[in-house]
Amino acid sequence: MMLATTVAAALFVGVLAYAIFGGADFGSGFYDLTAGGSRKGAELRTLVDHSIGPVWEANHVWLIYVLVTWWTAFPESFASAMSTLILPLLLALLGIVLRGASFAFRKYAASLAQARLFGIVFATSSVVTPFFLGTVAGAIASGRVPAEGRGDLWTSWLNPTSAFGGVIAVGTCAFLAGCFLCADAARGGHERLSEQLRRRTIGVGLVTGAVVLAALVPLERDAPTLADGLETQAAPLVIASALAGVATLVLLARRRFSLARVTAVVAVAAVVSGWGVGQYPWLLVDEVTIADAAGARATLQALLVAVGLAAVIVVPALVYLYRLTQTEAWSRPDH
Amino acid sequence: MALSLGWHIILACFGVAFPAIIFAMHVIGLRRGNEHALVLAQRWAKVSAVLFAIGAVSGTVLSFEMGLLWPGLMGTFGDVLGLPFAFEGLAFFLEAIFLGIYLYGWGRMPAKQHLLMIVPMAITGVIGTYCVIAVNAWMNVPVGFKVVDGEVTDIEPWAVMFNPAAFWQFLHMWLAAYMVAGFAIAAVYAVGMLRGRRDERHRLGFRVAMAFASVSAVLQPFVGHLLGGRLAQWQPAKLAAFELATETEQPAPLRLGGILIDGEVRYALDIPYLGSLIARNSFNKPVVGLDEFPADTHPPVNITHLSFQLMVGLGTLLALVAVVYWFAQWRGRDLAEWPWFLRFMATGGVLAIVAMEAGWIATEVGRQPWIVQDVMRTPEAAGDNPGLWWLLGATTVVYTAMTIGAIVVLRSMARRWRAGETDLPSPYAPDPLGSEDPAATGGEVR
Repeated sequence: MMLATTVAAALFVGVLAYAIFGGADFGSGFYDLTAGGSRKGAELRTLVDHSIGPVWEANHVWLIYVLVTWWTAFPESFASAMSTLILPLLLALLGIVLRGASFAFRKYAASLAQARLFGIVFATSSVVTPFFLGTVAGAIASGRVPAEGRGDLWTSWLNPTSAFGGVIAVGTCAFLAGCFLCADAARGGHERLSEQLRRRTIGVGLVTGAVVLAALVPLERDAPTLADGLETQAAPLVIASALAGVATLVLLARRRFSLARVTAVVAVAAVVSGWGVGQYPWLLVDEVTIADAAGARATLQALLVAVGLAAVIVVPALVYLYRLTQTEAWSRPDH
Repeated sequence: MALSLGWHIILACFGVAFPAIIFAMHVIGLRRGNEHALVLAQRWAKVSAVLFAIGAVSGTVLSFEMGLLWPGLMGTFGDVLGLPFAFEGLAFFLEAIFLGIYLYGWGRMPAKQHLLMIVPMAITGVIGTYCVIAVNAWMNVPVGFKVVDGEVTDIEPWAVMFNPAAFWQFLHMWLAAYMVAGFAIAAVYAVGMLRGRRDERHRLGFRVAMAFASVSAVLQPFVGHLLGGRLAQWQPAKLAAFELATETEQPAPLRLGGILIDGEVRYALDIPYLGSLIARNSFNKPVVGLDEFPADTHPPVNITHLSFQLMVGLGTLLALVAVVYWFAQWRGRDLAEWPWFLRFMATGGVLAIVAMEAGWIATEVGRQPWIVQDVMRTPEAAGDNPGLWWLLGATTVVYTAMTIGAIVVLRSMARRWRAGETDLPSPYAPDPLGSEDPAATGGEVR
């Protein structure tokens, strides 16, 4: 029982990290997409290249971590979720493939026409992918994935909770990315750019915040178990998220960008953990609990060894990478 | 799945072997103060960035497909075979982190510290290979669990991680990765030299890649032999298919070529005794024939046999060429002066890739109809998704597009470097647009 919960928590840390770091990478696609023509958007697109270039692959591995931990620790629920949600997952997968490949291609493209093509593919797939991943979260949270076998191929992810999940995912990604890009632009001395980004990020933040609040109403009916959890055990997280979100907007308005990054991360982390805590102890809501879904005990223990190693080896390396990217030498443009 | 795996495996080879090759080049550059080597190391790093990006996403495709296409396998055995994947994920995590640091660290870190950043990549590539291969080896030699009344129990994840087949299979794949990456890089420079670009950089690039390719190509037959020697015990039906042994023969001949038509072996060249010698290390031990196994457990014999022999043939050819090249070097002759040698080397990358893919087909098809040897048949593991053909079609389109994209981009990088551009401009920066002098952007910007 304790063991399964610990592993589930480790799994959820992966979800959280992917939502924050991977999310910020995806979110940058939104600004890339809306940056305007190739000449007007050049500065911003170069900033996006520079900001996510060194980190996106590392951030992306969180997804692999989540998948691997899931199928190792809770194999049957993994199989049923994968076969029920095959459509949104395939679409998300397509987005992931196109995003990563075209991002790398764009950087070394031969001509502007090519760069534009790859750039459009990169930006569009960056915006679309979080939507599908959000619908997957919505499907699980609203109890539409059965414990075994396959649920409905369509209604499992085309429903109110999934729709809100998708939109919120896109919004939070863009909001996070905006805060990070503002800070990067300001640090790199791009005054005009950071102003432009600041306005958009505030807009995105207001819209996303409104959607999150609005989502609470349909959730009552569509996902009662989650709604109940959000109102009781996860209530502090919901409140924390709202406060941090407002604080971020205020900080952005006052151009305190590096601090705004922190509060934005807190706001998003609180929303995502709100979902996790809200649906505890269910792994697949209303279908199977974490304890019942758990695989073999020996495997869970071994998995914790792997997670422990990750904490000792991967996390410091990751911190080192992030620190490097924030140093003065790394803020210089590519020579 | 086969398509995406077969595609990913090529990129994985670069992911595993390229860092070590870059490291060697970088060390040559720093130790001997060789500017050319440093330039090459930096360019290779950029090439590897592109290959890594598509390698990472195609690897993600695989982890999705594990669940999407094989729910029966993952639902039943996910907790048995998951641990190696967890460690693989860990290794890949580190590789991705240090790739970011190394790639963007040029000119931004002290030289020695920067050089060290690629070492973790080379190491984690090896660990990652081991872990993935451990899972595959487990499918060949399943251990670490019991099946009681249809339920999988008594799971020992560490036994899976260190199953008896893993080490030799890993060694085989590891060397294959170095062969693929080494011969492919050497092929690029061979083509360049054929076109008359015989500068110091081409020579150096060729030699360093060739060194890695050669060592692994020469070791590979020994490792392959040791690995194959275990088949008689673990997967006799696969061995029978490899050797095209329809019935048990003692001593068994080595059967070159040949296909099985209506249960008859045709067009084969039999060399007496050699089959026993190679497969069993003895002049008279038998190679068990397919007739000793129930007909519904026979692998598709022809594909298995022919791809196995294709792999062995190409591998042997590459190893011989490597030996001849270094022997000539030792006698003071540079074969790279010789167009026929370069022409062969220009195909070396493709040959190495074909050999690896053939070996992969041989081992996978040779295990059929089992996905987990003697435990689970492949149809039980597969999902019953409608529209799989659509999925295959879409996958083919996406992968083709990605391949074309990668080739276009890599070629454009090479062209610009040849045109004397050391740093590629940001594609969106205004200068390539506004630049008056087309030569400044390589003269190729359309």
